[in-house]
Amino acid sequence: MSLGFREQFRCSVCILLLLLSLAAPLPGRAETEGEGETTPPPPADGALTTVPIGYLKQEVKKVIPLSRLNVEPEDAGIAGAEIALKDNNTTGRFTKQQFTLDVERVPVDGDAIKALETLVESGHHFVLVDAPAATLLQLADAVKGKDVLLFNVRATDENLRQEDCRANVLHTAPDRAMLADALAQYLVWKKWQRWLVVKGVFPEDLAYLDMLRRAAKRFGGTIVEEREYKETPGARRSDTGQQQIQQQMPLLTQGAPAYDVVVVADEKEVFGPYLPYRTWDARPVAGTAGLQAMSWHPAHEQWGATQMQNRFQRAEKRFMLPLDYQAWVAVRAVGEGVSRVGADFAKANTFLRSDEFGLAAFKGQKVTFRRWDGQLRQPILVAAPDLPVSTSPQEGFLHEHAEVDTLGIDQPESKCKLQ
Amino acid sequence: MRVSALAVSVAATIGLAAGQGPAAAYTVYVSNEKGNSITVLDSTTLEVLETIPVGMRPRGIILTNDDKHLLICASDEDTVQVLDVNSHEIVGDLPSGPDPELLDLHPSGSPVYVANEDDNLLTVIDLADKKVLAEVEVGVEPEGVGASPDGKTVVVTSETTNMAHFIDTESYEITDNVLVGSRPRFAEFTSDGTRLWVTSEVAGVLSVIDAKTRKIIKVIGFAIPGVQPEHIQPVGVRVTKDGSKAFVALGPANRVAVIDAKTLEVEKYLLVGQRVWQLAFTPDEKQLFVTNGNSNDVSVIDVPSLTVVKSIPVGTAPWGVAISRQ
Repeated sequence: MSLGFREQFRCSVCILLLLLSLAAPLPGRAETEGEGETTPPPPADGALTTVPIGYLKQEVKKVIPLSRLNVEPEDAGIAGAEIALKDNNTTGRFTKQQFTLDVERVPVDGDAIKALETLVESGHHFVLVDAPAATLLQLADAVKGKDVLLFNVRATDENLRQEDCRANVLHTAPDRAMLADALAQYLVWKKWQRWLVVKGVFPEDLAYLDMLRRAAKRFGGTIVEEREYKETPGARRSDTGQQQIQQQMPLLTQGAPAYDVVVVADEKEVFGPYLPYRTWDARPVAGTAGLQAMSWHPAHEQWGATQMQNRFQRAEKRFMLPLDYQAWVAVRAVGEGVSRVGADFAKANTFLRSDEFGLAAFKGQKVTFRRWDGQLRQPILVAAPDLPVSTSPQEGFLHEHAEVDTLGIDQPESKCKLQ
Repeated sequence: MRVSALAVSVAATIGLAAGQGPAAAYTVYVSNEKGNSITVLDSTTLEVLETIPVGMRPRGIILTNDDKHLLICASDEDTVQVLDVNSHEIVGDLPSGPDPELLDLHPSGSPVYVANEDDNLLTVIDLADKKVLAEVEVGVEPEGVGASPDGKTVVVTSETTNMAHFIDTESYEITDNVLVGSRPRFAEFTSDGTRLWVTSEVAGVLSVIDAKTRKIIKVIGFAIPGVQPEHIQPVGVRVTKDGSKAFVALGPANRVAVIDAKTLEVEKYLLVGQRVWQLAFTPDEKQLFVTNGNSNDVSVIDVPSLTVVKSIPVGTAPWGVAISRQ
């Protein structure tokens, strides 16, 4: 509890931030009205202001996951946006603002740009994009210079936050760096510092592995060995049974140097879920199977999340998934911005990136967007299949401004030049 | 936390040695959110008298005006339980609607106003016949409830809508909505009725609102050396009857802020237990009891000297606190 220079510096920063966030002309006491909160200008005629929000979903060909529990629902993401829309409209009753949601589903090999143009031409300034990274980039470039703000709700790719970042995109999906860092911090906190990595063969697996290596270096993990699972995905289910897997997984993990935990890099779920309880040594499994880092878990109940889960389940008759949460945050961010500064695009767009913006999103602290790359700054859950185990950042991983910035690409290492 | 525990015990020793024990004895009730119980404490001996099992997830609690019953929001049972404080029996339920969290009474003793966090409603219940008088639609996740001393207004804060809704207690119409910082959790009128204090947990601020004009007079921020700003999360707030001081529970900052309620400047931070939620004065306002959700204890603050004199272990995850005149 010693008060070092860092704390004092941090504290002067926090006072500064506080003063900024008060947004008052004078930081002192003033008997003026409305100090501290910007209230949107009410429409002159007292009429409703309508704010249409778009949701563009690019369908993709998917590998069927190993577990039928993990098959993505048809309306994943969209359902989260719908709940946020209801939340926005409940507030809108008091601010005379109405939000609408229009979904454009683009079939596999369909024309996503055309779909986005349709949304933009019909007055949608805020569009959630549920698409692979390459499509997102095309979309961002297609509406460059227009009054359009895209929310990346799905893609975890690093390049979207680094060399390929775009000024007209905010990311509510965490990137692989945040996910790897969140998991690594927990493993290091637990003193499970020696990792046996088992990796798949897809580019996504290697991209995640890169972030695992980065995290190991940053937080003090050691990758004792990397092993590859070479089998290509075949039929997911067969009548032959599980004997083969029961033989395969111990062999795959046999004879490893001493290690504490298996860390799997298998984003497409080709083999990862086969590892728990089948490793040669009795070791826990983490990464893309077993203990995983994620933005949301259907059993997350801290910080008021119970209410969120309840109203989602009541309305959608299923559990709330990370993609639903990421879409919820995007639509709520629009709602929060418009409720504070009005529906003018430029104002709302600026506000979302400012220090005054902060969204209550069931993470125990406000979530905000990083100025340097548009990434949502958020605590990340570290969860087992049934229950969350912890929330990162972990205690002891310090940062001069905000501990949550120990997750992901921090400003000094950012390669992003927003334009 | 070893350091702070030591500090508390040292303070307790000093406090007791200096003979600062209060004159009057009051009964303190604490709801244990995870323990599904109410802990009963004696304000003089600072000992636990009894632990009473109640409904699931008890959070907001309040005593009826005659101090005979404790009303308990049993959130996971979708009801407000009525506890007879003499017999320690649950003697009834109020039709609160789903997920009641916090509540307040009309100054006359009835009706009771209950925030239904899951249903975006304020439920108004007559205490005598236990009938619902009205359901008022408010913002998303209503939580804080505060009735004005003149009984004409009740304020509800909604956590996701970020507003304090002013509701006329006769017409049940919302007359004003004041936008405040993110996740407003608690609303408390000053006893002269001129001001309303609203805490915003996620924004980390407290708004003081003029009760007549319904405009924000000041937004008070907090800064504690060595504590990151995101850990400063104001929840409960209490203002002394004479309007001189206010005490604000700062959640995971593990501090209670003392504010000069006239100048609206923060005077001091008192180190208490972990994740401090709610607080309540003894009727003589000489002591303040605060609930520490993560350290499973209650801190006792000596109000005249502004010192923490003791921490008392209670049930699991203490949340609400109410103090009887007896």
